[in-house]
Amino acid sequence: MPGIRVLVGTRKGAFILTSDAQRKNWSVSGPHFAGWEVYHMKGSPVDPDRIYASQTSSWFGQVIQRSDDGGQSWHQPGSPDGPQVNEMGMPMGESNKFVYDTSEETGRPLTTHQWYDGTQNPWEFLRVWHLEPSLDDPDTVYAGVEDAALFRSTDGGASWNELAALRGHESGPKWQPGAGGMCLHTVVLDPADRNRIYVAISAAGAFRTDDGGRSWKPINQGLHSQYIPDPNAEVGHCVHRIAIHPKRPNTLFMQKHWDVMRSDDGGDNWFEVSGDLPSDFGFPIAVHAHEPETIYVVPIKSDSEHYPPDGKLRVYRSRSGGNDWEALTNGLPQENCYVNILRDAMAVDEHADCGIYFGTTGGQVYFSPDGGDHWSPIVRDLPPVLSVETQTLK
Amino acid sequence: MSDPASIRVVLPQHLCTLARVNSEVVLEVAGTVTQRAILDALEERYPMLRGTIREHETLKRRPRVRFFANAEDVSHDDPDAPLPEAIVLGQQPFMIIGAIAGG
Repeated sequence: MPGIRVLVGTRKGAFILTSDAQRKNWSVSGPHFAGWEVYHMKGSPVDPDRIYASQTSSWFGQVIQRSDDGGQSWHQPGSPDGPQVNEMGMPMGESNKFVYDTSEETGRPLTTHQWYDGTQNPWEFLRVWHLEPSLDDPDTVYAGVEDAALFRSTDGGASWNELAALRGHESGPKWQPGAGGMCLHTVVLDPADRNRIYVAISAAGAFRTDDGGRSWKPINQGLHSQYIPDPNAEVGHCVHRIAIHPKRPNTLFMQKHWDVMRSDDGGDNWFEVSGDLPSDFGFPIAVHAHEPETIYVVPIKSDSEHYPPDGKLRVYRSRSGGNDWEALTNGLPQENCYVNILRDAMAVDEHADCGIYFGTTGGQVYFSPDGGDHWSPIVRDLPPVLSVETQTLK
Repeated sequence: MSDPASIRVVLPQHLCTLARVNSEVVLEVAGTVTQRAILDALEERYPMLRGTIREHETLKRRPRVRFFANAEDVSHDDPDAPLPEAIVLGQQPFMIIGAIAGG
């Protein structure tokens, strides 16, 4: 049935918000995986019933969950609903096995990266921040993880292999964690070139492969960060999020720690488009579904004050690909608002009147049915929202 | 050779949900009953718990998981040390606990 599905990951479980194509009445299911952090959920572009979820816990580690029926039921890939079961019918338990590839054939030695105190620290797997399903194959999905690395599954999440050339890049020992850890949080698949993938790491920067992950290139030329004295530093930048429009994949938009940036050559060169924003610090950035030059950010006061300037929750829209911004406030709280909007917590739908969605650390999920002109909350009392993704069901 | 011991194991709520069991399970453990023998048997019977109590590959206890035997915290004990008779005889459960934290 045509409609919209909004996948919401929170600190205490996952929620699914569903409406018909009118987007006026919403139903809410959840919490799924109650009590666990759900960093991200995302559906397959070629099979919307296939949804992957990253369920994680500082106590019990990482679990990957999968739904094959649009989020009505879930299982760990390889569990009794899946193909990998042992003779007792129990899951083989490999779906949460993220082990850095140190094999001679395909891997790289497990080196060290820079720790907060400047010493070197070995790579240690903690969690999956982001799941990016393939544009072609519902069984292929990428996982961006902490400590920063990229993994891929080609069996629906039942087993995972590292694309080790990224972690093994010569700059690896210079990578260092941001305040949230050393995480690979952004994975962008180029719809025009299946061998091209962009990733972003805090705090290393952006990287690109043009050969399906066999080699990687830092793409941080033009980024300037106050805390890095060298204006030409290849790595060390705290990139927060990268977004593209599928019809113009060489144009990238980036929300960096500070600065909103743009590249028109696949990330080879970046220039700043913060323009007249009240603050160019923030986390998410999104592109309108039908207008490649219309972009959205949510300014946050500063890196030490993670809430909107002046207590006013304002989305900013540029219809010119940056520099000229307008505040979108209709329906959003304009006083006493001190929530944050995290990097994966903003998404758009493909409705003719593009819908914009974002979740807050205060548990609200706001929705605009008209590209940002008007806003209202779909839900307002969820646990802190970590991620928001949409599926436009046809 | 003696019969395998029937060991009672208490799991924290989140792991019960993953394994789809109630809070206490009973495992058959052959040979000397140790932490390692119990965890090996637990992961063999419930493979979805691999990686949630001990790390994959290294099999190191996850930092926020604790083990109790006969009301004693044995988390830092040698994983190959024999456990108390009360555990071996099933009089007391081997307890796997998520460390208390948070507000």
